Amino acid sequence: MSAPANDSQDYVGFDTITQQMERKFLKRGFNFNVILVGESGMGKSTLVNSIFSSHLVDSQGRRTAQEVIRKTTEISPVTQTLEENGVRVRLTIIDTPGFGDQCNNEGCWVPVIKYIKDQHAAYLERELKPQRDRVINDTRVHACLYFLNPGSRGLRPLDVEVLKRLTEVTNVIPVIAKSDSMTVEERTAFKRRIKEELVFHRIAVYPYPSEEDCDEDRALNSSIRDLVPFAVVGSEEIIDVNGTPVRGRRHGWGVINIFDETHSDFVHLRNFMLRTHLSDLIEVTSQRHYEQFRTSQLRQIKELRAQQAAAAASGGIMGSMPQQVPPQVPAVHQPMA
Amino acid sequence: QAGLGRRTFLNTLCERAVIASPDAPNPETANVADPMKFDTYEVAMEEEGTRISLTVIDTPGFGDGLDNTSCFKQLQDYIEAQFDEVLVEESRVKRNRRYRDHRIHVLVYFIAPTGHSLRELDIELIRRLGEYVNIIPVIGRADSFTVEELDAFRANVMRDIVYYKLPVYNFCWDETDSEALVENREIMDHIPFSVVTCDEVFDNEYGSVRIRRYPWGTIEIDDEAQCDFALLRYILLNSHIADLINYTEDMLYENYRTRKLEVGGYGENEEEEDDDEEEQALGAASKKQE
Repeated sequence: MSAPANDSQDYVGFDTITQQMERKFLKRGFNFNVILVGESGMGKSTLVNSIFSSHLVDSQGRRTAQEVIRKTTEISPVTQTLEENGVRVRLTIIDTPGFGDQCNNEGCWVPVIKYIKDQHAAYLERELKPQRDRVINDTRVHACLYFLNPGSRGLRPLDVEVLKRLTEVTNVIPVIAKSDSMTVEERTAFKRRIKEELVFHRIAVYPYPSEEDCDEDRALNSSIRDLVPFAVVGSEEIIDVNGTPVRGRRHGWGVINIFDETHSDFVHLRNFMLRTHLSDLIEVTSQRHYEQFRTSQLRQIKELRAQQAAAAASGGIMGSMPQQVPPQVPAVHQPMA
Repeated sequence: QAGLGRRTFLNTLCERAVIASPDAPNPETANVADPMKFDTYEVAMEEEGTRISLTVIDTPGFGDGLDNTSCFKQLQDYIEAQFDEVLVEESRVKRNRRYRDHRIHVLVYFIAPTGHSLRELDIELIRRLGEYVNIIPVIGRADSFTVEELDAFRANVMRDIVYYKLPVYNFCWDETDSEALVENREIMDHIPFSVVTCDEVFDNEYGSVRIRRYPWGTIEIDDEAQCDFALLRYILLNSHIADLINYTEDMLYENYRTRKLEVGGYGENEEEEDDDEEEQALGAASKKQE
């Protein structure tokens, strides 16, 4: 062990716990699960591939005429292990092809909500086992990127319905992908509209205000909340701009550099999701959404058991009833005869 | 659908603000889907010496609700109502000389720039309405595409149109005029037309231009290399007005009339049966989704 800076005899040394935790963490690695919700053609796959700087998911849109139009929302998770500076993450991206694509979109969110709840249920089951694993493989959804249509004036009816339900089960981060078709004024107006509507419908998007936050955190969170929804542009191509390779899009009238802060909020979104709030996302999922689910499930089980006990008890009472009934029956029949 | 630039397209087409953009709507109406309405606007325009009385019907609310299957029937009924009016007027003993024809000559359909292919909503609409009205498919908000993406998307849409045999307006329907045929074939290559429109006008050294300004560049609407708006405007208001009107009157209306008069007495029963089948199919579909 290297000698610490203040090498006095009063130095205890418990501040090295951070290094110990780090070592353990490095060995174990961690899980991070993100679900992408939005209509096809919104740029979900491209955005995710841009955030993680590697081709993780293929776009599931319908490209050839022979492909059949999906009739329901499908859930397709893809897991990969990424490594950066010795830290390993098991990243699962869950795509939802078919969401919002039909003429009649009633109930298209049901498979999505069901999937998220199933993950909570699976975790709960493993937790409740008498002999449970030391480390449970965490498949719970930690973040949901919800894609808004850049053209609409504000939230659409479908958006409101789905967001209300999604925010109850997971952390939702609203995103405007393909925002390169909006001018800066349109973008600001749209963001303001969305924020008003979210407040009106009482839809709570991540990050949530919490009393435990210190001033620094609060300042960071409020600057993030200003940016919500993030207007991003994704790209998997590296194009050449005056000799320097840049990740971006080349239009006939200009080149977009997705890392440029004046062009899009991509950098902010990536920093927010991965560099500052990654562990918070995982923690909040466990502490808030999972706990809510767990409480309601355990309460249901308790009520069910109470009902069964009551039914068993009343079964004993039922045994004495038949004796009373027969004397009554002849009394009823007499007037009719 | 909302957000594809219909209003701005109309304003740019007529070079004046025909439809005002709705003022800051309140958040309460966000989740209430407006049922599809038909808003009619009449614009008198002068285009290279000819006076055109343009009637535009906007359909806000199409495709915006959760369940959009009733939108098609509404549109179909509307168009048929116009045809029926003309049918009745024609069959009158004493016709009104000043009768104004409200038949719809062209339907401009805005496709969302997804980058994939056509959606179910698009395919259904074109399929159902193609026999009643000339449909010109247009890519709204085409500034979200790069040049390669636009070409790829166009190819995908055309493939879908061919595969599903969608009845879009065929510019080459009149085979007799060979000169126009060559021009029309070139026009067909541009289908679906990419449209970018804006309300703002800026003055620069060449006069007033309509541009959209982004942090990374500006796009000029009227530049033909950048989008097809100028071409589309020319087609709609200049070169193909006669064609579109003729096709509507000679082919679409005549087919409708023949169908309507042929069927005659059986007509009502058949329609009822079709409606019942439609309802059952929709009912089954919605049950499956639940």
